[in-house]
Amino acid sequence: MKLGTYILKRIFLMLVVMLGVATIVFFITRVIPADPVGAILGGNAPIERVDEMRHQLGLDKPILLQFIDYLKGIVHADFGISLKSNRPVLIDIINYFPATIELAVASMIFAVVVGVVLGVFSAIYRNKSIDHFSRIFSILGVSMPVFWLGLLLLFLFYYQLDWFPGGGRHNLFIFPTHVTGLLLLDSIVTRDWATFWNGLHHIILPAFVLGYASAASISRIMRASMLDILRQDFIRTAKSKGLSKRLIIYRHALKNALIPVVTVIGLSFGSLLSGAVLTETIFSWPGLGRYIVNALLVLDYPAVTGGTLFIAFIYSLANLIVDISYAALDPRMRA
Amino acid sequence: MEKVKNITQNGKIKLFFKQREPILEDWKHTFYLWKSTPLAMIGTVIILIFLSIAIFAPLLTSYNPTAQNMNERLLPPNSQHIFGTDQYGRDVYSRVVYGARVEVWIIFIVSIISITIGIVVGIIAGYFGGVTDEVLMRITDMFLAFPRLILAMVLTAALGPNLTNTMIAIALVDWTIYARLGRAEAMKVKSQPYIEAIRAIGANDLRIIVFHVLPMSISPVIVQLTLRMGTIILTAAGLGFLGLGAQPPTPEWGAIVSDGRSYLVNHWWITTFPGIAIAIVVLGFNLLGDGIRDILDPRLRR
Repeated sequence: MKLGTYILKRIFLMLVVMLGVATIVFFITRVIPADPVGAILGGNAPIERVDEMRHQLGLDKPILLQFIDYLKGIVHADFGISLKSNRPVLIDIINYFPATIELAVASMIFAVVVGVVLGVFSAIYRNKSIDHFSRIFSILGVSMPVFWLGLLLLFLFYYQLDWFPGGGRHNLFIFPTHVTGLLLLDSIVTRDWATFWNGLHHIILPAFVLGYASAASISRIMRASMLDILRQDFIRTAKSKGLSKRLIIYRHALKNALIPVVTVIGLSFGSLLSGAVLTETIFSWPGLGRYIVNALLVLDYPAVTGGTLFIAFIYSLANLIVDISYAALDPRMRA
Repeated sequence: MEKVKNITQNGKIKLFFKQREPILEDWKHTFYLWKSTPLAMIGTVIILIFLSIAIFAPLLTSYNPTAQNMNERLLPPNSQHIFGTDQYGRDVYSRVVYGARVEVWIIFIVSIISITIGIVVGIIAGYFGGVTDEVLMRITDMFLAFPRLILAMVLTAALGPNLTNTMIAIALVDWTIYARLGRAEAMKVKSQPYIEAIRAIGANDLRIIVFHVLPMSISPVIVQLTLRMGTIILTAAGLGFLGLGAQPPTPEWGAIVSDGRSYLVNHWWITTFPGIAIAIVVLGFNLLGDGIRDILDPRLRR
């Protein structure tokens, strides 16, 4: 299959899946047994007021009509008005999402750097102390609950040692200029270094907590794939040609060993978005995960619907990009 | 006469063992491999201790895990309460011990529901192929399009946050993996010559699926299940922590961590001990899972 055809096919499939996702979310949010109108107005609201509200929210229409309205809304990127903040859900998402992306990207950078370095050294010095250290590091990383690690680090580095701030994206008295919503990027663009350092200081702890599990799985895959490559014939050829060990590892082995890591990075993105919910809750990080959790706790169902759909869309998009880049690298994947 | 009967019986028993020698040999070999992977042994020991704690919980503590005692609030670990007490004066140690029961229960129910859905969807898709396969796999993709925890928490919130619904929600998120695996296995099995032979004898699809495809497809699914048990605990604990899983006073470990969260600064013990419990048990499952993977896939064994 040609790459172009493959990409078109994948985009079409993603649209089909997104339609299904929208249907699933619609049915989930419509079976919420608690009455959203009751949640807004309180239990003792007069019946006329309740009817009026139901009409306003379109809840008195037949379910099929509600579904069509809902799909129409999605096509126009209109998820309705949040019952809690009284703003359009889309505006809320635009406000909250950059924080999540910034945290996810920071964690990813941490995870890839630490994971690849540990994995490579672990493979080169197999069964030496660095290998043992990195294997303990990675088995702990996939076993520790994110929220518990977060709480412990907060306790240690904020309450006890006061090395890092206790949560949020920046100090209260800082008013960053809004360009893209990504705090670190904005402060670089506007050369506001005080804000940049403050933001960096705030992101280190949550990024570590969120990225740890991904770093662990990347280092395991990196180790296994590096060991696999080092046993191959072309490495032996390179050795017999008399190339230096350094050259063999960096020029020949590392490049090939990195390919499976690309898949793991793609897969990690989902667990990163899941983990972001917990990390954001612990570090009071104003991101989309915490937005959805808060919306769920007060039954703000337009916000839940919009937030969940948006996260699912971003996640599918990331998977699509990973698959396409994989197909571009390896034609056998285009089946 | 009696003697003859005895001899034939003896022969039968011998034959019985003779026939099963390869199986026995296989078990011995597995045991040998297991013994030579020390990490898998550590994992097994951790899981066995975890299961024993769950089974013998009432023998291990004299306190009721949900009984409040306002005179003994927030006591640090001491000889009476080795893990201290929480803000309602409940013994943290007995909450952690009884929590093991809750976690075992979660793993058990989630496994059964998700394996059942996954196997049914996967085998039907793999066996029939064509449009059926396409439709079922697209449905699977739809569930895979959500980050796991987010779908699980929206589902629990929709069904009403409590222990039962948490288990249903996690199962509804988890089945996709088994479906994909079951499908791949069913596709492999259905093209075998012996399936063709059975069909030629006149067996119908249902019979072939239930008696021939299912038994051949299930073992990789079971292996995958043991690899995922740690993740099930982590997801349940995450939901409990967010307040969208098991509700107080259920002693679910994630919920206990969440209970102690606002007391962390001066009363570290409420949060620390259940967290350690989760980490150790998940570590045990991961070590065991790695061991199983190493035993089954000799390429990774180094």
